[in-house]
Amino acid sequence: MSAQADQSPDGAANVIETDYEIGQDNIQANVGPFGLDIHNPVFAISGAVIVAFVVFTLALQEEAAAFFGWLRPALTSTFDWFFLAAANIFVLLCLFLIVSPLGRVRLGGQDAVPDYSYLGWFAMLFAAGMGIGLMFYGVSEPISHFSSSVAEGAGSPDSWAPLAGAAGNTEEARRLGMAATIFHWGLHPWAIYATVALALALFSYNKGLPLTMRSVFYPIFGERVWGWPGHVIDVLAVFATLFGLATSLGFGAEQANAGLEFLFGVPVSDASKVVLITAITAVALGSVVAGMDAGVKRLSEINMALAVLLLLFVIVVGPTMSILSGFFLNLGAYAVHLPALSNPFGRSDANFSQGWTAFYWAWWISWSPFVGMFIARVSRGRTVREFIICVLLVPSFVCVLWMTAFGGTAISQIVNDGYTAVTDAALELQLFQMLAALPLTQITSFIGIVLVIVFFVTSSDSGSLVIDTITAGGKVDAPLPQRIFWCVFEGLVAIALLLGGGLGSLQAMAVSTGFPFAIVLLMACYAIIKGLASEPR
Amino acid sequence: MRSAGSLSVCQLSCEGIDRPNPDVRNPVVSKVTRAWGDNMYKTIMAPVDLAHVERLGKALTTAADLSKHYGIPVCYVGVTATTPGPVAHTPAEFTAKLEHFARAQADKYGLQATAKAYTSHDPAVDLDDTLLKAIAETGADLVVMASHIPGIPDYIFSSNAGYLASHAKVTVMVVR
Repeated sequence: MSAQADQSPDGAANVIETDYEIGQDNIQANVGPFGLDIHNPVFAISGAVIVAFVVFTLALQEEAAAFFGWLRPALTSTFDWFFLAAANIFVLLCLFLIVSPLGRVRLGGQDAVPDYSYLGWFAMLFAAGMGIGLMFYGVSEPISHFSSSVAEGAGSPDSWAPLAGAAGNTEEARRLGMAATIFHWGLHPWAIYATVALALALFSYNKGLPLTMRSVFYPIFGERVWGWPGHVIDVLAVFATLFGLATSLGFGAEQANAGLEFLFGVPVSDASKVVLITAITAVALGSVVAGMDAGVKRLSEINMALAVLLLLFVIVVGPTMSILSGFFLNLGAYAVHLPALSNPFGRSDANFSQGWTAFYWAWWISWSPFVGMFIARVSRGRTVREFIICVLLVPSFVCVLWMTAFGGTAISQIVNDGYTAVTDAALELQLFQMLAALPLTQITSFIGIVLVIVFFVTSSDSGSLVIDTITAGGKVDAPLPQRIFWCVFEGLVAIALLLGGGLGSLQAMAVSTGFPFAIVLLMACYAIIKGLASEPR
Repeated sequence: MRSAGSLSVCQLSCEGIDRPNPDVRNPVVSKVTRAWGDNMYKTIMAPVDLAHVERLGKALTTAADLSKHYGIPVCYVGVTATTPGPVAHTPAEFTAKLEHFARAQADKYGLQATAKAYTSHDPAVDLDDTLLKAIAETGADLVVMASHIPGIPDYIFSSNAGYLASHAKVTVMVVR
C-alpha cells in the first residue's frame, strides 16, 4: 500500500495500489433499446441462482420446507455460541473504535465533508436498518418475553423465558422482558451493521476500491479478490439481500393486509396481498427512478417524521410518566442483564438463547450486506468516531425509547388494566390492538399501516440500489433500467413465493446465510483494524 | 458541515486554465470575433463524460470551433459520484483528471479553457439537474454537448442532452 498523489481522497489517506480498474470486468451492451453496464459474472450468476432457488422451492415445496426448516434451526442451535460470541466481538470492536485514536480517521480523507446532514443521514440509516422491524416487534416482543418470564415454570428447560425468568414476579418479569427486547434491538444489531458499513466505507472512500462486499477482503485475499473468491462473496451478498427483501415484502404484505382488514374490513386474500406487493413495488420503483435525494432520502425523512409523530402520541396519550421513567429503568435493566444475556457459553435458557437471540443475530447478519452497503453509501465525510456514535449509540437509544413506549405501554395495559386483547391477537395485529386501547385509534392505526408500507418501500428501493451497485461491479452510475429490473424482480419473487408457497422456506434460507456471513464479518473486523491503522489520523 | 441541497451537488473546483496557443491565433479573426462575442455569447459550457471521451470527438471539436469563432472561453464540466469509479477513485482525482483534460483541449485547439467538477449523490439520476446548476454557476450562455443514439428509453426518461435542451434557459447545441 502506498499513497498516490493523484488518487488521494480529500486530504490525506492511504490509498491501496491495485492494477484492478473499476468496471474492467463489466459488460457494456445494449439489450434492445436498453443500455446495460453489468459485472461479469456476478450479475448473471446472481440472477440465475435466485431464479433456480425460486423454481426449486415452488416445484418441491415439501422438500424445500423440510430442508430449510431443518437447516436454519440446526445452524442457530448448533452454532448459537458462535453467533453470540461473534456479535459480542462486533460490539467490543465498535466501542473500542470510539475511544481509540483510530476513531479520528475520517471516511473520505482528512478534509472530506459529509455528504448528508445529520437529519437526512440518520433518517436513511434508520429506515433501511430496522424501521419495519420496530413496527412488527415493538409491541409483540416485549409482551412475549414478559409473558414467558412471569409464567409458572419460567426458568425450566421447556420455558422460552430469558435467563431464569421471574415466575410470578410481575415487576421483575417486566424488567427482564424489556431488557431482553432491548438486547435484541440495541447495541448488538447496530454493531453488526456498523462493522459492515465501516469496512465498506473505509475500503471504498479511503482505499479507493469499488463499493462492493469483496473490497473489504482485499487485505486477506489480495489481488485474488477480483477473481472467484470475490465473485462468490458478491453473489452471496446479492442473494441474501434479495431473498431477505423479497420474503420480508411477502410477510409485510400479510401484516399490512391484516391491519387493513382490522381497520377497514379489507378482506385478507391472496389478491389483496398481491395488490399490496405491487403497490409497494410501484412506489419503490418511483423512488428508485427519482434517485437517492429526491426518492430514498425524501421518503426516509417522511417516514421518520411519521414515526416520531406516532412515538410522541403514544408517549403523551399513553402512560407518560411510566414511559419516561421506564426509559431509564429499562436502560438500567439492560445494563444489568447484558452480561448474562450475551454470554455465549453454558446457557440454561436454550430456547431463548438459540430460538430468539441466535436467530436474531443470524437475521441481522444476513441483512448486514444490504444495510451496511447502504449506510456506507451515505456516510462519506464522517470521522470513524462520529460514525460509530451515530450508527451504534444513537439508534440504540432510539430503540430503547421505542420499545419502552410501545412495549411498555402494552405491558402496562395488561398488568394495570387487565387489557389482554394484545396478547390474544395474532402477531401482525398486536400493534393495532395496543393502539386500539388509546384514543384516536382510527388515525393512529392508519399512520401505523402507512408506516409499515412506507418502511417497506424504503427497504425495497435502497435494496435495489445496493443490489444494482454490487452487480455493476461497484459502479453507482449504471443505467437506470438495471435498478428498475432488480426492484421489479424483487416484487415478482415475493409474489411468486406468496402465491406458490415457500415464503417461510426461503426466509429460513436467507437467515441461514447469516452463518457464512458471520465468518466473513469476523474477517472484516481484522480488515478494519488493519485498514484504519494505516490511515493518517 | 455542509448540508446538501435538493440538487445534491457540491462544487469541487473552478480553476481557470488559461493557456491559449499563440501559434493558432489569427489577429484579424480575433478582432472580428471579439466584436461578435460581445453580442452573441460569453462562455461555452461543454459537459464531458471522461469515461467515454472517444465518443465525444465531434462535440469537442464543435465546442472548440465555436470558442475560436467567437473568441470566448470553454468551461469543461464533469460530474462524478463520491464513490470510486472507472475514471477516478476519488472526487479529488476526478477533478485533477478533468483539469488535465481541459488543459489538453486548450493546448490542442488553442483556446481558453476552464474545468469545473461536480459531485453528485446519484449521477445516474441527478446528472441533468447538476448540469443545469453548472450552467448557472459557470455563467455559460451556450452549451455544446454530445447526444447518443435515441432509443425507446428516451421516451420514458429523456436523454441528458434532450432534458437540458428543453429545460435550460440558454442555447443548447446537441451534437449527434
